[in-house]
Amino acid sequence: MTGFPILSVMLAIPALAAVACLFVSAQGARWIALIATLIDFVLGIGLWASFDIGGPQWQFVENAGSLGVFSWKLGLDGFALLLVMLSVFLMPICIGASWVAIEKRVQEYMAAFLITEVLMIGTFAAQDLFLFYIFFEAGLIPMYLIIGIWGGANRIYASYKFFLYTLLGSLLMLVAMLWMVNFAGTSDIPTLLNTDFPVQVQTWLWLAFFASFAVKMPMWPFHTWLPDAHVQAPTAGSVILAGVLLKLGGYGFLRFSLPMFPEASAQLTWLILALSAVAVIYTSLVALVQSDMKKLIAYSSVAHMAIVTIGLFAFNRQGIEGAMIVMLSHGLVSAALFLCVGVIYDRLHTREISRYGGLAINMPRYALLFLFFTMASIGLPGTSGFVGEFLSLAGTYRVSTTATLLCTTGIILGAAYMLYLYRRVVFGEIVHDDVRAMKDISLREMALLAPIAAVALWMGVYPESFLAPMRSDVATLEARIARATPKGDSLPTPGKAPATPAAHAEARP
Amino acid sequence: MNASLLMTLPELVLAAGAIALMLVSAWGGQGSTRLVSWASVAVLIGAGLALLGPASKGGAAFEGLYRADAFAAYAKVLIYVASAVAILIAPRFFAQGRGDDLRPEYPVLILLSAAGMGMMVSAGDLLTLYVGLELQSLAAYVLASFMRRDTRSAEAGLKYFVLGALASGILLYGISLVYGFSGTTLFSSIATAYGAGHSLGLTFGLVFVFAGLAFKMSAVPFHMWTPDVYEGAPTPVTTFFASAPKVAAVALAVRVAIEAMGPATDQWRQIVIFASLASIIFGAVAAIGQTNVKRLLAYSSINNVGFLLVGLAAGTQEGVASVLFYLTVYVVMTLGSFVVVLQMKDAEGEPVETLASLAGLSRARPGLALAMAIFMFSLAGIPPLLGFNAKLAVFTAAVNAGLYPLAVVGFVASVIGAYYYLRVIKVMYFDEPAEAYSGRATPVESAVIAVSAVFVSPVGWLLLAPLGVATMFAAKALF
Repeated sequence: MTGFPILSVMLAIPALAAVACLFVSAQGARWIALIATLIDFVLGIGLWASFDIGGPQWQFVENAGSLGVFSWKLGLDGFALLLVMLSVFLMPICIGASWVAIEKRVQEYMAAFLITEVLMIGTFAAQDLFLFYIFFEAGLIPMYLIIGIWGGANRIYASYKFFLYTLLGSLLMLVAMLWMVNFAGTSDIPTLLNTDFPVQVQTWLWLAFFASFAVKMPMWPFHTWLPDAHVQAPTAGSVILAGVLLKLGGYGFLRFSLPMFPEASAQLTWLILALSAVAVIYTSLVALVQSDMKKLIAYSSVAHMAIVTIGLFAFNRQGIEGAMIVMLSHGLVSAALFLCVGVIYDRLHTREISRYGGLAINMPRYALLFLFFTMASIGLPGTSGFVGEFLSLAGTYRVSTTATLLCTTGIILGAAYMLYLYRRVVFGEIVHDDVRAMKDISLREMALLAPIAAVALWMGVYPESFLAPMRSDVATLEARIARATPKGDSLPTPGKAPATPAAHAEARP
Repeated sequence: MNASLLMTLPELVLAAGAIALMLVSAWGGQGSTRLVSWASVAVLIGAGLALLGPASKGGAAFEGLYRADAFAAYAKVLIYVASAVAILIAPRFFAQGRGDDLRPEYPVLILLSAAGMGMMVSAGDLLTLYVGLELQSLAAYVLASFMRRDTRSAEAGLKYFVLGALASGILLYGISLVYGFSGTTLFSSIATAYGAGHSLGLTFGLVFVFAGLAFKMSAVPFHMWTPDVYEGAPTPVTTFFASAPKVAAVALAVRVAIEAMGPATDQWRQIVIFASLASIIFGAVAAIGQTNVKRLLAYSSINNVGFLLVGLAAGTQEGVASVLFYLTVYVVMTLGSFVVVLQMKDAEGEPVETLASLAGLSRARPGLALAMAIFMFSLAGIPPLLGFNAKLAVFTAAVNAGLYPLAVVGFVASVIGAYYYLRVIKVMYFDEPAEAYSGRATPVESAVIAVSAVFVSPVGWLLLAPLGVATMFAAKALF
């Protein structure tokens, strides 16, 4: 590494742009926000290009010294790199999606989004426990304002629910963090990752972290804030919520719960598997009966996130890699689906499914893109959704066949609600005159959706690009949790040993 | 003797300055208000400069009656800053109608109160403590009823006086018990008596002393005067009450708890934990229903005292340092938010205090709304603002002292607190605009708001390390 503090620069650019936005005209704020997010995207590409696969675990490390109890210490491993990439990729798209949809208080809106970007990158890059918490928790402020100011009719209720729910969970985690720092004598995350906490305390610490991440994730039954927040948030707010903020929970399990408390994770795997299985089936069924498009996609997010949690707690390579790919894929696909909803919402100002129908007739290009993302959400082979779900479920199978069986029904149910949604919105005859008058997607909207479609396809066809950066990190994590790995109930047929990690690695180019 | 006088130099400066300025105002009359105000600020600055000498490191003066240590000096800096701000923001508030112009007694009373608070935080003896407390309180009673023609202000003064007298009585009773069973009023000798073994009389004395101090800090269950007094008193006076005397009372409680009753930590810890959790929970729950901003901030101050006591409950050097750090951040947030409240005036220039009148402030006065939002998020303890670091510090001390249940319950209760702070932000940012406030902030007011907002924003992180060193050094003086 050259010693250039690229991560700090990536944090500073949107932060400065946010301040600048407050002092210019509405159009100026739009351009500042777009340029700042594009610069961050370019820097992100630079990160990915110069990330040394197979090199040291932590790269781009910078340490600007202590600020009282915590220090400004940043760095990325493969997991964090991919999630930072997801954030910087989606941000310019969010700004573009808000280009005309947001008319009032544009300057504040753009500033809130830029601050959100700072906090997201900071959360993934923080290498100090308290710095992580600060970024993690501060994200509530801009999201609260985005939902509350620019949201729909019931925005006040949704913003309170979002804020207080997530705050409560996070504070319990903070108590656990205080204990850990007291025990280990440092708040440095790489050190804590290799600290063995006493087994009997681990359960409590694990539960405290669970309280926070389960709400963020969100896992059933802590998910009720999500549909409200999604429905009320503006389109770009939903995109960023589904695309990146939901990943914070999964990232938290991956970064903290598993490597720091392996024994507790093993003990409580049953809890995760049970909640995830319920979540997949329950929320999929709920999604089937929704009449609001955004609510339907919100519930489908809960189901997808459950696939992430089972994958993580499979304690093996496929599961963890699958969970990461599902996170990335869901970040792209659900973001795109919210954008698709936003496209027609901007024209008709309703999210009621029954108000649409027959869009394939007058909006063919839109229908095509929407179809692609619907298929990606279902997990059709060739799209990113398939790779993630398959790996994740394959990994889980080695731990619990029952949970895998239950969660796999989610794929079937997912196909049911997504195709049902698609049929009602896009197929059939046009019954409403105002729908007939709707124009097909503009160049701007195409420019937002096409890149996501390209990346989702890339991830589906050649996932190696995305698996490679995290391969050694998965190995590190696997080695760390190996001592606690629960015994699986899947019994390999005699004569056919389960795939060994070595054989698995050979299978890839 | 000379050495002792040098150590008490800040109080001497304040007392002499107050008396001289009283004479100026007696002869100068109403016209001298401006002069006396600025002169008072100069006196406060002088007292602050006097801290650079032996007053901050001299040790015991007057055979232990008075302590000139870093702990006292740290608290005094906060007290002087808050007092100076209370003087500087006053003129415009009193100038607007009702015929109750600012009179030159106002800055003089604040100076006397500051001298009393200086004695409180430097007390090394129960009687010094009492004299300082009474000097501070008597000046405060008059300040609370400073708007003579306003019934709410008169009521506030009377209530404050009656309940304050009751509190002083309880405190004196406790002091007499402690004196009776230990035979001394010196903190160091009292500590020896507590260390010598269990005595029912001493325990009773401890309980009464803490009850009296809880009154002064407005900790639950001795908080009931706070909302009425804060609401009724003129806003600059409320600003003063919520900042400087709070610092003095908390610092005094810390000194009594550690220096005089350190060996009885296990006994007072129970009281402190109860008062702490009760204050956090009650302050948060009671604030939810408030529609008056000043009352809301009064309950918020009760809530914050609860968090301060979390640090005291730890009873360690780290705990004391965290209390000082919390006080610093709290004073800045309080000064800032009350100066924002000062800006709330209707078209006729009359002060308005309803929460509803803040509606849509973000569009009428974006800068003001942003500052208030920063203060509210900071008071709620949301990172990246400094209010979070303050809460983190006290809870770190509590967890390191093994007080896990206190930390968990305290943290969970702070979610309740977050709800009403969010309500203020919701009114300012989400609601449709109400009638805009008239008038503009004076340069001094703008400066106070801007400096406080920047201090609690992430820019303030740069101060975390030096403040950490300073508070640890100050706390060391007690151990």
